[in-house]
Amino acid sequence: MNKMEKVLTTPDLTGERIKRYLLDGKRFDQRKEDEFREIAIETGISKKAEGSARVKIGKTEVIVGVKMDTAEPYPDSPDKGNLMVTAELLPLSSPRFEAGPPRFEAIELGRVIDRGIRESKLIQLDKLCIKEGEKVWNIFIDIYSINDDGNLMDAAGIGAVVALKTARIPKYDDKEEKVLYGELSDKEIPLSKEIPLSLSVHKIGDHLIVDPTREEEDISETRVTVCISNGTIHSMQKGGEKELSIEEMEKILNIIEKVSKEITLKINKYLK
Amino acid sequence: MTKNFKRPDGRKADELRPMSAKVGVVPNADGSAMFSFGDTVAIAAVYGPKIMHPQHKQNPEKGTLRCSYNMISFSVTDRIRPGPSRRSTEISKITEWALDPVVMLDKFPNMVVDVHINILQADASTRCAGINAASLALAHAGISMKNLVSSISIGKLDNQLVTDLTKEEEDWEEGEGATDIPISLTQDGKITHIQLDGKIKKEQLKEAIKLAEKATKEIYEIQKQALKESLKEDNE
Repeated sequence: MNKMEKVLTTPDLTGERIKRYLLDGKRFDQRKEDEFREIAIETGISKKAEGSARVKIGKTEVIVGVKMDTAEPYPDSPDKGNLMVTAELLPLSSPRFEAGPPRFEAIELGRVIDRGIRESKLIQLDKLCIKEGEKVWNIFIDIYSINDDGNLMDAAGIGAVVALKTARIPKYDDKEEKVLYGELSDKEIPLSKEIPLSLSVHKIGDHLIVDPTREEEDISETRVTVCISNGTIHSMQKGGEKELSIEEMEKILNIIEKVSKEITLKINKYLK
Repeated sequence: MTKNFKRPDGRKADELRPMSAKVGVVPNADGSAMFSFGDTVAIAAVYGPKIMHPQHKQNPEKGTLRCSYNMISFSVTDRIRPGPSRRSTEISKITEWALDPVVMLDKFPNMVVDVHINILQADASTRCAGINAASLALAHAGISMKNLVSSISIGKLDNQLVTDLTKEEEDWEEGEGATDIPISLTQDGKITHIQLDGKIKKEQLKEAIKLAEKATKEIYEIQKQALKESLKEDNE
């Protein structure tokens, strides 16, 4: 019988070993502290979505789809479209995830990515109004984990912007006032020029690392996720139990700035 | 075949859409597989056998197969609200019943094998693609099985039987409309699952089952090939 008693968290011994390695500036997979695993992106993975992407960071994999429909605007923004980001941590993607209503991790993942996109004003929601006070576009960004080997957060953030960038608005029948699903126009979703990226830094002992594997993420004491767009920070969330010194916080911001430039270069061709 | 009958995508009546299958698509899982019929794509991951919790659900006589079927919100044109629905709950159970007969559950009393199926993209026949992927994923996980299960939807469009329905065909309105018959079979000709929606006479249903037998032979070859290829990779 294989893997009867699957270990659901990283054993202490492995955690100790990871920390000891870090003292020598080493990681299990030979990476530097501020080095990402290989990123692979595929776009247009769904024929039914208005835009979609698959992002792999090492063995971690997420898929992201953009769907659109029309609805009445909210009273406080009668001339603006709406954005909704949800994330599901599929039981398929890890023995740790269970079916049922979303738990905290999935809720946080969706909300952190949502705020990054919203606050950076990536989507020009005022251009998604069909008829003021009556009808606007809704944009749904749905994130699904396919394999969790750590750092789903950053994979989701990359997937969301790439999926948005490749999306085409469905045709809309003005007379019938309905969306013609399956018929995409050649209109892109109106996006700002600068593309925001949500990236995380984790603290293990006195070390700050990016792109943790599952084991590293398990022993991470603190996570800071920052949404940054061309050097401007648009959102930030600290997670985890441990405190950070101001000095560490500054270091984290420097790391994010450096890494965001590198990642932007890597994924640029999908953002054009 | 009725004269002049044309399928919307030009296939012959007994022709399946192009299929593909691959195992090992979810590295975390004990076994996993992708199976597609044309634009319908399913992936399945197997976790277990593991101890069944809560304890009162443990069966000392034999293990439990637990399947869950889920459609990704953007797998269809009108976004599906994420989370379980009455439909997905039913299909999950149907899938369990389709696979139960071939899995040697008596080998692991008190344990459970979880099979998670997700439909990435849907163009009808999703439960069949899901069952095909799940069957492969179980084999890939090394769970003792008597056989693979292969699943196909047979349709009756007006009065014409066709193999492997698409969404467009499922919505057929001319004449007697569409009848949808998803069927799962093992290679020794045992039906492990059959459902039917529509209108059909007994004789024609028998014909439909014959068509399913023929189609599942083709599916089985694709499944077998996918498993063989994974062994090749392991040996490299």
